[in-house]
Amino acid sequence: MLGWLTDPFASPIVGRALLELLILSLACGPLGVWVLLYRDAYAAESISHGMLPGLVLAALAGAPLLLGAVGGVLVAAAGIALVARDQRLGADLGVAVCVSTLLGLGGLLALSPESPPRLGELLFGDLLGVSGGDLAVAGALAGGVALALLAGHRSLALAGFDRGSAPSLGVQPLRWELVLLVILAVTTVAAVQGLGNLLLVALVLAPATAARSLARRLPVMLALSVLLAAVAGTAGLVLSFHLEVAAGASVALCAVTVALLALLVPAGRLTH
Amino acid sequence: MNSAGVVVRGLSGGYTPGRDALRDVSFTADPGQIVGVLGPNGGGKTTLFRALLGELPVRRGEVELPGPPAYVPQTEGARLDFPVSAFDVVLMGAYARTPWFRRVAAGDRAAARRTLERTGLADVADMSFGVLSGGQRQRVLIARALLQDAPVLLLDEPLSGVDSVSAARIESLFAELRAEGRTLLVATHDVRQAGEWDRVLCLHGRQVDFGRPAAVLSPETLRETYGAELIVLEGGGRAVGVGHHGHAH
Repeated sequence: MLGWLTDPFASPIVGRALLELLILSLACGPLGVWVLLYRDAYAAESISHGMLPGLVLAALAGAPLLLGAVGGVLVAAAGIALVARDQRLGADLGVAVCVSTLLGLGGLLALSPESPPRLGELLFGDLLGVSGGDLAVAGALAGGVALALLAGHRSLALAGFDRGSAPSLGVQPLRWELVLLVILAVTTVAAVQGLGNLLLVALVLAPATAARSLARRLPVMLALSVLLAAVAGTAGLVLSFHLEVAAGASVALCAVTVALLALLVPAGRLTH
Repeated sequence: MNSAGVVVRGLSGGYTPGRDALRDVSFTADPGQIVGVLGPNGGGKTTLFRALLGELPVRRGEVELPGPPAYVPQTEGARLDFPVSAFDVVLMGAYARTPWFRRVAAGDRAAARRTLERTGLADVADMSFGVLSGGQRQRVLIARALLQDAPVLLLDEPLSGVDSVSAARIESLFAELRAEGRTLLVATHDVRQAGEWDRVLCLHGRQVDFGRPAAVLSPETLRETYGAELIVLEGGGRAVGVGHHGHAH
């Protein structure tokens, strides 16, 4: 049994994939909890999908995917802000319009005859192709995200809990709502190489959903979310090795399974 | 604790330029005074508080305060599904004086425990804010304001919709705070209650009247303040302004 669990990691390729997932869990775990508490799940989905054209263009130009991701996120954010400014449309519709357009544009670019056949990698990531350099970049970005969330913990909690009185207690809610979106964008950029544009959202939202239904106190919830993300990542790799299925998709499915199992447990069971 | 109280001269302002939600407010509240702020929904009570907090986008006139005021919102403004305990919420009162890289000071944590005891909430300190009763939640928010240790407290309808135990506790706290020399501005719909405090400020988009309750709370002033919203119950001064407890924005 133990061999069944450890065998996959004998390969340096799977070992690097595991390290990538553990690094990403540090950022995605706590971030997911804040995203849920701020009801930003839709934004998380949108930011990651909206950067597809940037990724495709980077792939076409032979530039690093990271560069494409940053460009794509900035264009998506600017587009959403621009459309949402129109009072007749509002934020939700602004996001929908922009993200659909950008996802379509990304697909169009990626499926054109001149494109290299890497669309699959962009959408679903290439967990087993992660290099040492990729790990370093993911480590720096995820570490930055985890530290930022730790440093902003109190302000995020106050602005999220009681928006109306936050300014009188020294916290500007709008500022922290924007900070959270920026952190979300950075995490998306960090995770896209390994998990891809479509699957990374699972590692942000699913462990957090599980943690939120199991824990009642915020610090416990945040720690539990990191733990569950790491467990889902490890389980996903083991299953993908033995069942010979795609690693990223397997991780995403494990994360969602963790969330579904947690929802079966009565609320607040773990902590009081 | 402070020699100066709240001085407001010719205050007007609102949320968008050219559309004042409140006009021509001038009053003085000394340390150790409780001022009942009366008015219909949309009459400018919350707008006045926002102006005193320095959060009103458009503001003219003068405001003098002995220090940053503490604000006690209506409980509806706080999220009930947020994973914080009563103690966590009270501790938020110390956030402004805690550097981001430090834990909240041990002294502030001890003070938070004391304010919970003072508001009769010691035994629910570790319970989630969302599972407390409306009156307990209101007392938690008051405890948070107490931890801020502000010379001026602005309370937005702290007694509406709370149980009688909480109401009694809150009223005795008011008496203690008054004795400590703090200034309290309390928005309320309960005219009878405001009559027991030191001063009354009547608002209806503008200042209708300000002064001692006996001088201000006449049927004429109340009619001017509340308009059609006023219901006068039997027995003289038992007039009650009815509202829907919504935020006036």
